[in-house]
Amino acid sequence: MKTLILRTASNYMLPLLLVFSVFILLRGHYLPGGGFVGGLIAAIAFVLHAFANGLENTKGLLRIRPGVLMPIGLGLAFLSGLAPVLAVDEPFMTGLWWPDHVPVVGNLGSALFFDIGVYLVVIGVTLTIIFSISESD
Amino acid sequence: MMQQLVMYPLLFQLFLSIGLIFLWKKISWQKWISAVGSVINLGISVWLFIHIWENGTQGIQAGNWEAPFGITFVADALSASLVLLTSIAGLAVSVFSAGSLMSARLKFGFYPVFHFLLLGLCGAFLTGDIFNLYVWFEIIIICSFVLLTLGGEKAQLEGAMKYFTLNFLASVVFLTAIAVLYGLTGSLNMADLAVKVAEIENRSLVQVNALLFLVGFGIKAAVFPLFFWLPASYHTPPSAVSAIFGGLLTKVGVYALIRVFTLIFEVDPFIQNVILGIAFLTLFSGAVGALVQNNVMKVFSYLVISHIGYMIAGLGMMTEVALTGAIFYLFHDIVVKTNLFMVSGIIHRVKGTSDMKKLGGFYGKYPLLSLLFAIPLFSLVGIPPLSGFWPKLSLISAGFDLENYWIIAGILLASFLTLIVIVKLWAAVFWKTGEKLPEQRNFPYFDNLKNFQKTQLIAPIVFLSFVTLYIGFGAENIHSLSVRISEELLNKQMYIDAVFNKS
Repeated sequence: MKTLILRTASNYMLPLLLVFSVFILLRGHYLPGGGFVGGLIAAIAFVLHAFANGLENTKGLLRIRPGVLMPIGLGLAFLSGLAPVLAVDEPFMTGLWWPDHVPVVGNLGSALFFDIGVYLVVIGVTLTIIFSISESD
Repeated sequence: MMQQLVMYPLLFQLFLSIGLIFLWKKISWQKWISAVGSVINLGISVWLFIHIWENGTQGIQAGNWEAPFGITFVADALSASLVLLTSIAGLAVSVFSAGSLMSARLKFGFYPVFHFLLLGLCGAFLTGDIFNLYVWFEIIIICSFVLLTLGGEKAQLEGAMKYFTLNFLASVVFLTAIAVLYGLTGSLNMADLAVKVAEIENRSLVQVNALLFLVGFGIKAAVFPLFFWLPASYHTPPSAVSAIFGGLLTKVGVYALIRVFTLIFEVDPFIQNVILGIAFLTLFSGAVGALVQNNVMKVFSYLVISHIGYMIAGLGMMTEVALTGAIFYLFHDIVVKTNLFMVSGIIHRVKGTSDMKKLGGFYGKYPLLSLLFAIPLFSLVGIPPLSGFWPKLSLISAGFDLENYWIIAGILLASFLTLIVIVKLWAAVFWKTGEKLPEQRNFPYFDNLKNFQKTQLIAPIVFLSFVTLYIGFGAENIHSLSVRISEELLNKQMYIDAVFNKS
């Protein structure tokens, strides 16, 4: 599917979609959005790039194997849940909040890191599945 | 830190499995980390058990959301003992799989998935929220499905399809039952449900709901009409996987049945008779199934089904003595069944077959190993003073108290049939002179293994045999533990108070 229009568009779409996915991720605490949807959108960005420019180019762009993102994301989500246990002796998954308002992000808390973990796991899983399916044909 | 203790077994297993994913390609590292991690996990479980034994039931609210709204984790004596047994079985299987599994299987992430399975099991035992229980069941199903299909042989895929279809059906029934329960009470917290279900006026709907739970958990526990998935799938994966399945997976269903029918639902005579009928038929049909099989692994699979009947019978009688017997049997069964499937793995390794007609001469060749294998085999039958004898004593005396002679007949008949099965197996595998079988190429025969690998195969069996001997000879301790658990189960106020922090 190497059409000029798609290829040109995908070059612009990739950064746009990635920024949008981060926006959705950060928006997710009180409004619709969050790590899962954000991760899917980010994965779509790479899949679109792969359709237009070929799988090899996208892999070159990613540099790491997407599968590596799975344990990293899981580890981040786990640590964000573990933080209250280790830091303030509250039960697992208790939300810890930074007292001040942070620009762009809003309220910074351990829930955000959990969501970032989910975001990474979703990208890793989706890309691993789609890449291995498209490689096999 | 001590209040968090309830969740430590879960957190540690999760930590271990995430760490193992990081080392996806480094198989030899994974073996060591899994074994060492299992030892640490055993330590944590012992710690939890001692803490619960001394301080009584403990609850913790994940995320610090208050009790009926958030997810509660509760450790009472039953949960803590089951977590302890899970880590004992987990340690044994972790070491056994390091020696027995081919590296082709290990390469596709056996160890991470194995520890996720243990995480799911511990989670199911510790959770105090009925929907969370469903989530842990899903984790268990997904992990066991991966473990069943690792290796991708045709027989494995066939067994896995049957396994998955019926277990998935069970999940759907279970989920429906949760939905009805939520519609009736507006709560999912088990302690909260225990209070609210008793106040519902529409008793017939509660009864139907209880039966839905019975069907859902019954399929998972492999009781009478719906056990077909178990013998179809348990003999297909490698013996290390079958060991953890046979030891623990069906027991989660039994645990859930015990929990739901002691805590949430009042057992009325109708449900009691249904449970007792199921127990009788499970005991009988499993034992008869084992009688006609010739494959060692299939014999053990049918015995798993048959012996589920003992625990269900104890639950059905619902007196303190009967529950004591059921709990004691549960403890004994987890250790012995895990051990038996590992024994069957070694038997398979010796001659390259599990067919009882072709096997033989094991005693002549390995007299010491045969004596070791005799421990789990004969405690399964319940020859005094080995561990299977004591819980049956409690169950039968409970049957006499209730003057329910049918269930006594069922228990005795199943024990008798188990005896015949084991004697037949002993004669065929250990005493009969075996015929010479043609050598299979590329098959890792037991004799050709290095000494280190042999140790890895035999040490877990020795370990679990010691646990079995302890359960048999230290029966008084286990009995007093079971008595305490059944008192806790029948007096649900303790559980409710622990969840709502009103101690």
